[in-house]
Amino acid sequence: MKLIIAYIQPHRLEAVKTELAKHDVAKMSVTNSLGCGAQKGYHESYRGVEFDVNLLKKVRLEIAVNDTFVDTTVNAIIAGARTGEIGDGKIFILDLSECIRIRTGEKGGDAIG
Amino acid sequence: MKKKYLFLILIVSLLAPVICFADEPSTLDTVKQELQTNINIVWTCIGAFLVFFMQAGFAMVETGFTRAKNAVNILMKNLMDFAVGSLAFFVIGFGLMFGTKTGWFCGTNLFCMSGSETNSWDFTFLIFQTVFAATAATIVSGAMAERTKFVSYLIYSFVISLVIYPIFGSWAWGSLFKGPEAAGWLEGLGFLDFAGSTVVHSIGGWLALAGAIILGPRIGKYGADGKSKPILGHNLPIAALGVFILWFGWFGFNPGSTLAGNASIGYIAVTTNLAAAAGAIVAMIVAWIIVGKPDASMTLNGALAGLVAITAPCNAVSPMGAIAIGSIGGALVVLSVIFIDKVLKIDDPVGAVSVHGVCGTWGTLSCGLFNTTTGLFYCGSFKQLGVQAIGAGTAFLWAFGLGILLFLALKATVGLRVTADEELKGLDLGEHGMEAYSGFQIFSTT
Repeated sequence: MKLIIAYIQPHRLEAVKTELAKHDVAKMSVTNSLGCGAQKGYHESYRGVEFDVNLLKKVRLEIAVNDTFVDTTVNAIIAGARTGEIGDGKIFILDLSECIRIRTGEKGGDAIG
Repeated sequence: MKKKYLFLILIVSLLAPVICFADEPSTLDTVKQELQTNINIVWTCIGAFLVFFMQAGFAMVETGFTRAKNAVNILMKNLMDFAVGSLAFFVIGFGLMFGTKTGWFCGTNLFCMSGSETNSWDFTFLIFQTVFAATAATIVSGAMAERTKFVSYLIYSFVISLVIYPIFGSWAWGSLFKGPEAAGWLEGLGFLDFAGSTVVHSIGGWLALAGAIILGPRIGKYGADGKSKPILGHNLPIAALGVFILWFGWFGFNPGSTLAGNASIGYIAVTTNLAAAAGAIVAMIVAWIIVGKPDASMTLNGALAGLVAITAPCNAVSPMGAIAIGSIGGALVVLSVIFIDKVLKIDDPVGAVSVHGVCGTWGTLSCGLFNTTTGLFYCGSFKQLGVQAIGAGTAFLWAFGLGILLFLALKATVGLRVTADEELKGLDLGEHGMEAYSGFQIFSTT
């Protein structure tokens, strides 16, 4: 089992969800987050004072999958989130040692699917 | 022919009772007079209620332009300066401002409205003047936002409504209630301030300047190199609502200052509106040129700048004059906000000093330029402009000078500023033990 964590542009979330749904990945957690990377923020001005916004708004997706689903999920995220511009985001994949469904007590692959 | 006569007789007999009344001019005149008095009372009260609503406008503008962690505090300041000011003005302030003078300095009677009959004009006049005093008081809270000790602010509110505002007011407006024996020295010189560009707005604005200087900037406002950093307001929709409320309230502030229900109400409403519109447009353009985008907060300030500027000359200028006055106010406010922030390095979170102090002074001077009877541009004489400058200068010395003394005194006794730790956590938790947006996720690290 793997835990896929992806940071994407907030305005690409709908496209990523559509791609994931197309490939039967229907379970995910989404949170708002702030972060910085190669995009290096942008310029804003407020009441005549210019300033750099360093931490940008991003969306963080967490999807736990069985090993066989990793490539499908990753490809779907890339298909939805990629614009080719700096700031498209990153995907991290972590080993997941256990998964338990609270309602039934199922464990492992059964609980994820 | 006969028919015609019969008809005439019929008309005359029908009109007989009316004609009988007309034979007694005193009765008809009394009815007319009573009607006019009641119209004046109703209109002045409506004006007062509109100006009262401006308290909500100030509260929303200031809340919107500051951070979420200080919203409860700024609302409490706006609520309490009205409450404290109303009592202080009733008990002492009104008498100092409008009582008869024994010297030149201030009024000496009418405390607690002594000597006024219950259903007289007096109380209409009192409520109208009370909401004006409260407007001057509440201007200051924005400039001192996000770092002032609440108890010190309460003491300040009390003092401005008790003495600072009324005594200056008595110099410019003293005769409005009791006539010549209560007249002040500025009105004696011919100083014109119809609805209070100086008496209300400059006084509030210069006190705000004194407060902001003695307090010092908010933590994080200026970097180690002295460079100005923005501290973003948390709710521009609320700030915009506040500006709309203030604009609405100004239709009571300026046209209400006629204290009479007559045709000048409509004219003054037009000059007021034109100046506000011109102020918003010019502020937007100037901000667009300087910072590259039509900054909403500056444009909102621009509308207020036009309103403050037209307050003194609103009854005495042409509509074109009003547009010019509002336009210059709109340009001034943007330049002033940037100058005070970047050059003087005084932290005024909502632009109160620029809107009320600077544009109030401009409006007062503009009355010496654009006044259609005595203004420089119409009669070629500098006399009115000179008198206006004396009035505006006196207001600065009085309000700024007393403000510095008052805030230094507060700093030395109860303390003026909250601790750095409290400022970082927010005054809502520190001063009031509650949050403005419980249940909402406020994500802020400044």
